[in-house]
Amino acid sequence: MQLYLPIAEMPINILLILAMSMGVGFISGLFGIGGGFLMTPLLIFSGVPAPVAVATSAAQVTASASSSALSAWRKSLIDPKLALLLIGGGSVGTLIGVVLFNMLRRLGQLDLVITLSYIALLGTVGTLTLLEGARGLRAARRGSAGRLRRHGGEHPRWMRGPLMMRFPRSRLYCSAMPILLFAASIGVAGAVLGIGGGFIMVPALLFLFRVPTKIVIGTTQMQIVFTMAAATMIHALTNASVDILLALLLITGGAVGAQFGARAGAKLKAESFRLLLGLLLLAVAIRFGVELVVPPAEPFSLLEQVQP
Amino acid sequence: MIRALVLLAAVVLQTGLARAETLVLSLATHQVLISSSFTGGQLAIFGAVERDGRTIARAASYDLVISVQGPRGTMVVREKEALGPLWVNQGQRRFIETPGFLWIGANRQLSEIITPQLARRERIGLSNMLIPRGTGFDVDLWDPRFVDALIRLKGRDRLYGEDTRAAAFLTPNLFRANIPLSARAPQGNYEVEVVLLAGGVPLARQTTNFEVVTRGIEQRIGLAARTSPISYGAMTVALAMLIGWLAQIVFRRD
Repeated sequence: MQLYLPIAEMPINILLILAMSMGVGFISGLFGIGGGFLMTPLLIFSGVPAPVAVATSAAQVTASASSSALSAWRKSLIDPKLALLLIGGGSVGTLIGVVLFNMLRRLGQLDLVITLSYIALLGTVGTLTLLEGARGLRAARRGSAGRLRRHGGEHPRWMRGPLMMRFPRSRLYCSAMPILLFAASIGVAGAVLGIGGGFIMVPALLFLFRVPTKIVIGTTQMQIVFTMAAATMIHALTNASVDILLALLLITGGAVGAQFGARAGAKLKAESFRLLLGLLLLAVAIRFGVELVVPPAEPFSLLEQVQP
Repeated sequence: MIRALVLLAAVVLQTGLARAETLVLSLATHQVLISSSFTGGQLAIFGAVERDGRTIARAASYDLVISVQGPRGTMVVREKEALGPLWVNQGQRRFIETPGFLWIGANRQLSEIITPQLARRERIGLSNMLIPRGTGFDVDLWDPRFVDALIRLKGRDRLYGEDTRAAAFLTPNLFRANIPLSARAPQGNYEVEVVLLAGGVPLARQTTNFEVVTRGIEQRIGLAARTSPISYGAMTVALAMLIGWLAQIVFRRD
């Protein structure tokens, strides 16, 4: 079943796109990440022009994230205070990131910088998550539940500072400063690398701030809704590259997939969750790494800038 | 008086030479419509060679080269090279004002129709058509490896191609050809040029054009995305959130 996409200017197989977006939606609902870092390469692989793929998967991530964020909201699994801080810090970071992106582009080799930082980020975060998950699993098997929660006096120095805040739902007592700084750096990375940053935010909230897993997922999804809605608008305004028909297909598949993912995630033990997330991140890192090292069959690539 | 006569003779001679043969072209349609089920198509082109009284009898039969060029844009071809253990984009060439769709049709091999030197001068053939227009070209910039790569990469989506059996003469003076339009053919204006040759010499050129456009819902979507991006973007976001909300309602079990 083929459908012609008016902005991508090409026909696409409806069933293939639905299956792809359901798969990505499942993963995004399961881990509480946006899934843009999976959707965009898949779309480009199916022949969709890169700008359309990037812009349209932002719309899809908005849909799947709002679906999971709403179910998390109903179950009170979102920390609104934390989410607001993350959104605020993230917006500032995105603005800085856009400036940095243009600077890097002028210097050249932007692609290499992006790929290398992508691999470094995914590899580091993936390995840490995997190790943490494995440690948790071993601890659970031994019967001593891995305790992550901090008690009074156990807080590291970097969590102290001006504007100390209590986040009862996240069981967190922390200065607003490190949270804002952290959200801003994810915003910078997101704008430079073209990602939402959910896959960095989830492990960081888990291990640095030691927020309970379920709250992490809900809160991150809420933050992603805002970031990706803004990204969709920016893409639509700057280069009219959002394909609403493609978005509709991706959204439908993604929303359904995310619901199944969220359900599966609820049954998953926290330790297995970390293990799987770590494996996923490492797999993507390895995929990018292989592409960088293996001699390409076709060394040439084409970048089109068709004048409107 | 003599000068006027010489001028007149020159004019007659020149038109006589240039107008020995003329081409008359007819496209099946000047507007290819893209609907939601568009998966590519074919466009028939018909043509006749008109000869007037002064046309000399030719020993060689006629040859045809048809070129179709789609909307132009800038293409950047990059080449990955080894940098230590890594494969990194190093060299790149920019092709400006280059057609997004390029197709050459002929009645036999181009090498049999015209010499390579003349083909380059007359801009006949895929790579010759990609030489930047203007006063000559910089050999440094026109690296054949990058031109070949461009043709190869665009050829994958059947956006660049050459078919030396596409054109056929139905009678000695009447011909037809089918222009294959890839499903990924960009929207916009297409220029068709037909060159008539005999014995390796171009005799006549004629151009026509057609456009590839969307209709109905596809047209309205494309228009909305370009002319009112704010409401288009806002609608996409609203749609995303609405469907996200609906999915959450539909799948609610508890």
